[in-house]
Amino acid sequence: MRCKKMVDVGRRQFLRGGALAAAGAAAATVTTTPAQATPANAQVDYPSGKLANVADLAVNEPVDIEYPDADSPGVLIKLGQAVDGGVGPDGDIVAYSVLCPHKGYYMSYKSEDRTMNCPGHFSRFDVEAGGQQVWGHATQNLPQFTLRVDDNGDIFAEGASDLIFGRPSNVL
Amino acid sequence: MAYKRQIDRLPIPPKDAKVHNVTCHYCIVGCGYKAYTWDRNKQGTLKDNAFGIDLGEQQNADGTWVAPSMYNMVKQDGKDVHLAVVPDQECVVNSGLVSIRGGRMAENRPSKVTGTQQQRLSDPLVWRNGTWQPTSWDDALDLVARVTARIITEGSEDDLLLSMFDHGGSAGGYENTWGTGKLYFDSMKVKNARIHNRPAYNSEVHSTRDMGVDELQYQYSDYEVTDTIMIIGANPLETQTNLFLNHMRKGLENGAKFIMVDPRRTVTVNAAEEVAGAENVLHLAIDPGSDMVLFNALFTHIVDQGWTDSDFIANSTFASGEAVAEDAAHPAGLGSLDYALATCRTSTAEAAEICKVDEVDIIKAAEWIAKPKDGARRKCVTAYEKGVIWGNDNYRTVGSIVNIALATGNIGREGGGCCRLGGHQEGYYRPSDAHVGRPATYVDQLLISGGGKVQHIWACDHYKTTLNASQYKRAHRKRAEMVKDAMDASAAGSREQQVDAIVAAVNAGGLFVVDVDIHHSQIGQNAHVILPACESNEMNLTSMNGERRLRLSEKYMDRYGNSLPDCLIAAKLAQNMERVLREMGDDAYADQFKGYDWETEEDAFMDGYHQGNPDVTYERLRAMGNNGVQEPVQGFENGKLVGVERLYMDGKFTRHGRDDGKALFCAASWRGLQAPGKEQERATHKFWINNVRANIFWQNQFLDKDNDFIQDRFPYPFIEMNADDMAEMGLNAGDLIEIHNENGTTQGMAYPTDTAARGQVAMVFGSPTGSQGNVVNPGVNELVLPDYKHTWGNIRKLADATPAAKAVSFKSKEYTG
Repeated sequence: MRCKKMVDVGRRQFLRGGALAAAGAAAATVTTTPAQATPANAQVDYPSGKLANVADLAVNEPVDIEYPDADSPGVLIKLGQAVDGGVGPDGDIVAYSVLCPHKGYYMSYKSEDRTMNCPGHFSRFDVEAGGQQVWGHATQNLPQFTLRVDDNGDIFAEGASDLIFGRPSNVL
Repeated sequence: MAYKRQIDRLPIPPKDAKVHNVTCHYCIVGCGYKAYTWDRNKQGTLKDNAFGIDLGEQQNADGTWVAPSMYNMVKQDGKDVHLAVVPDQECVVNSGLVSIRGGRMAENRPSKVTGTQQQRLSDPLVWRNGTWQPTSWDDALDLVARVTARIITEGSEDDLLLSMFDHGGSAGGYENTWGTGKLYFDSMKVKNARIHNRPAYNSEVHSTRDMGVDELQYQYSDYEVTDTIMIIGANPLETQTNLFLNHMRKGLENGAKFIMVDPRRTVTVNAAEEVAGAENVLHLAIDPGSDMVLFNALFTHIVDQGWTDSDFIANSTFASGEAVAEDAAHPAGLGSLDYALATCRTSTAEAAEICKVDEVDIIKAAEWIAKPKDGARRKCVTAYEKGVIWGNDNYRTVGSIVNIALATGNIGREGGGCCRLGGHQEGYYRPSDAHVGRPATYVDQLLISGGGKVQHIWACDHYKTTLNASQYKRAHRKRAEMVKDAMDASAAGSREQQVDAIVAAVNAGGLFVVDVDIHHSQIGQNAHVILPACESNEMNLTSMNGERRLRLSEKYMDRYGNSLPDCLIAAKLAQNMERVLREMGDDAYADQFKGYDWETEEDAFMDGYHQGNPDVTYERLRAMGNNGVQEPVQGFENGKLVGVERLYMDGKFTRHGRDDGKALFCAASWRGLQAPGKEQERATHKFWINNVRANIFWQNQFLDKDNDFIQDRFPYPFIEMNADDMAEMGLNAGDLIEIHNENGTTQGMAYPTDTAARGQVAMVFGSPTGSQGNVVNPGVNELVLPDYKHTWGNIRKLADATPAAKAVSFKSKEYTG
């Protein structure tokens, strides 16, 4: 139940306000430079943050991430088969917020069917279908992070598809 | 790939934003929200805003957050303003929780700026030149009044067929039920009326009322302090979402047992297991339609074990034999416990055989309901809904449920209750409907057989939500087309000539159709005059929820275009009827249509509800906020309206109108599938076709046909199906399939479902693109309550999954931690 344990670590981090360095966890945790609000721009300027290298990822073993900042926990997953929106050499790497877009509870990854599950009110999201809410109370699908992979295989997050729970702007 | 909103920032409401009380108008629970509106050119900041919190910090779980669906830009006093509709943490109903429906109230508002709900009707439409043309209220209502007046004076008011909501919330509420009720039940005595979801003007729960027990007598907090929750034919996590999450869940966390009676395993069962542990959840997956046998066995076992509440029975229930004999208006006799039990008596072994569940589970259910716990009476809340209301033998089955609650003293007491869960909120205040009679007219059959000449439809779309819908639609379209042809042929003539042509067409078998709705509905395709109504919050609206909590949901935006509240449309129609009848020289009849000089919805409220409840005014309700007051209102003290926590706390039962105040038991005699044709249908088809609800658009699907988030998830109505059944038929996930039987056909997409039993499919009800009612036969009970739930059909493949269906996730809907 490795993935659950990592999620627990992530939860503790979240509850204490997004501190880093989870000792003993295999998860890669990455912070990014705090963004400067740029109200003159129509679009939010997202930071570019390195999450991991494709060589670090094993199929169906989620990695905790934080994006666009340390207070916004997420998950990076190599699915093992190409999906719409997937990146990397196999087109199978995706990343999502793990805060339920219903009431902000920290969700856990169920590797058996590759869904994010919310213990708060039982919502579920399909990470193989772009974060579509399978069943639940959220009024949007799961915020998916826009990924870029460079020539070295480094994976960067550079945007988000939907508003992240608990903030009026994805970049605060 | 899933629909992405691509929104990464929202405007912030400033500290001086206007705040309005909002009760969600979609489902019966009526969650509290606050609507914030502020000027287009103003905004708050991260530090200084209407919420009084630092929005620059990531909010924790349950923290205040405006989701994109909670935001829109609407018209208020003629100006564009920002709107945010946010769940109210202080409302005791939902405590800040938000459902997937209520959380979309803002985006479901019409907005010229953001383009939402542009399908809303803005002006009256009249059939002209082969299509629907916009016109004025005066022009449209003149035509309606002239045709209606001619028909009911040349014939009678029985020639007017009426389809009319009777509920609260979105389309209803005390203002609008009164406006329409006064018009049709006071100015006129229209008896050929039906309600939005059933083909007659009747109660869905006649038997509990006849037994003396109103169907909404508890309060939601009773779930939190009970020993056992029994849910029958209902799926509250989907359809009363925050009742489950904010109240039932607390009960389970406090140690309550959970019994679910439903042939289908639902997300509610799963969630109950997650909260309470599977050992405290009992799912009785009975054979479809056998509910009454189970309840009769539970009743029998509880009495035989001596687990009844003898003091309650002695003091509060009828003691001596039969009180009401079975007759045409009463599909079962009513009387004392012993009287009823003589008919109901069923052993647990018999029930196990008929219901196809284990006898030990039936005994366990009886123990969880009534076996004394630590020497004390056990408390049990029972709630039921469409599984029995739209189920087999409605009157007797509902009666058999209430029998158990009465025998165990679980009505009028904390931690008890025996209630329907409800669909819409309630909001019924009308003149007497006694002239309708009981049994009431089966109006759909009357229409199909050529009866009636003019039809007034108020916020109903029988294309999507009636039974025997295939035949109904064919008859309706054919009769309406005759009038369209007559109108086209006489288009160049005077109004008088056109009315003559319409009257001639209806006398030849046509039907003149007037449709009042917020948008051009499917049945509206057959309408000749379409009148634009508005919704809650585009008007002030009062309703009560499933625990009788009365609130005023405030107007915060302008009506769309020239649309009007239903009550004011009714008033205008009445005024036109008066004018036309006077012109026709019928002053006495015209005088019946006086008394509609209402300028606002508040005037309608004061004319109706306030007359019967003189303590209640808009001002007082506004002051009571989102927690409102629980009806019936007892008075006004210390600046507050005073209500009641639950009904019958004094042990006196009154709903039947009996002077003795004694509740009656129901002699619920089992007779198999009661409605005509059902047994034959079961015997000759492969699949049981259940009809079910989905939280995503329960009670607001009519608004969602252009909503990308919703259509992305369910581009077609889902039909949950066992994977082995699918494999046997060569079906893949998302394939378009057709259900067919002698009543008609309907279609949807196959949704493989692990928990679906073989030979049972569950199709979502009320879809605009696949009416489940097409395949439901016309069978009803003696009081014209339809049995939608018992339908059998065969299934065939129409097409492979379309690209839209292939993008859908077909994973299990059940959460697993």
